[in-house]
Amino acid sequence: MAVRTPRQIGEDVWKTRIEKVNAELVTLTYGSVVAQLCKDFTNDYIQVNEQLDKMGYNIGIRLIEDILARTNSERCRSFKDTAEMISKVGFKIFLNITPAILNWSQDNKQFSLIFDDNPLSDFVELPDDGKAINELWYSNILCGVLRGALEMVQLQVEAKFVSDVLRGDDTTEMRVTLIRVLEDEMPVGDE
Amino acid sequence: MSFYLAIIGSKDNAIYSLDFGTYRQGGDGTSKFSADVRQLCPFIVHSSLDIIEEVQWTNSAMHLKVIDKFYNYLISAYVTSGNIKFLLLHETRADEVIRQFFVDLYDLYVKTLMSPFYSVDQAITSKVFDQRVKMLAKKYL
Repeated sequence: MAVRTPRQIGEDVWKTRIEKVNAELVTLTYGSVVAQLCKDFTNDYIQVNEQLDKMGYNIGIRLIEDILARTNSERCRSFKDTAEMISKVGFKIFLNITPAILNWSQDNKQFSLIFDDNPLSDFVELPDDGKAINELWYSNILCGVLRGALEMVQLQVEAKFVSDVLRGDDTTEMRVTLIRVLEDEMPVGDE
Repeated sequence: MSFYLAIIGSKDNAIYSLDFGTYRQGGDGTSKFSADVRQLCPFIVHSSLDIIEEVQWTNSAMHLKVIDKFYNYLISAYVTSGNIKFLLLHETRADEVIRQFFVDLYDLYVKTLMSPFYSVDQAITSKVFDQRVKMLAKKYL
């Protein structure tokens, strides 16, 4: 069988093997989670970002297994392949979007995902307390998802948003940086 | 011609208000209420809430048309299923145009309501909403 491109894998799985749910259900559920976090942390948005990231991490470490099981795709040979898989397979099958991959750094260890369309932030207007617009990364859960998912395949990355249309920026951009490839390490104290 | 729009919450609390004028017949979109009439507008509009309360249960339509008069001014009302009331104070009768205006306003209101940081009966402070309402006013009235 010919090697399939990430785009084909993504399209294929999305069409045949994914159960769909109503987009507004997802949007409103995520919205109420964020709003509730803001309430619980009395509008300490830095904390809220952190919590969303943690929640995402816990989702990510599970989702990666799901992706790999559904797509039975091969090991990525470079970080560029990984980026392709994230956009064309990962985001495609879970959110039906394929963020553009741009702005590679010289050493190929950093890239940006540009979200033209972000189903999580439909209808959303950030609170106008003058603080949220500078501090809250509304879709920060996605950063955690990437971090968690990639950690399970031995890639330690840092993911963070650098701009968001909700804040009035032109684009929604997430910067992903490869920190190191984790080696299979012996657990401490294990002979 | 001048208009005064008020959105009233389910507990009869004011959520949003705007006064504006027509763009037709060379109008520039600003209201031409005299100072004391402008001050009276919220009172005139709120006083028709009692009438709405009676009419809304006898009429299954959401657009209740003109429900009240105050000297030369007419008050049209639209009640959503969630008991949010849109009230418009205007000078001439134009049921159909006002109905379209209300329907589109309802759409805008629903979009605002869908934002996770907005809760029912909270005052609408969004600038986007404000702008869009003004666009609607320009389009229809």
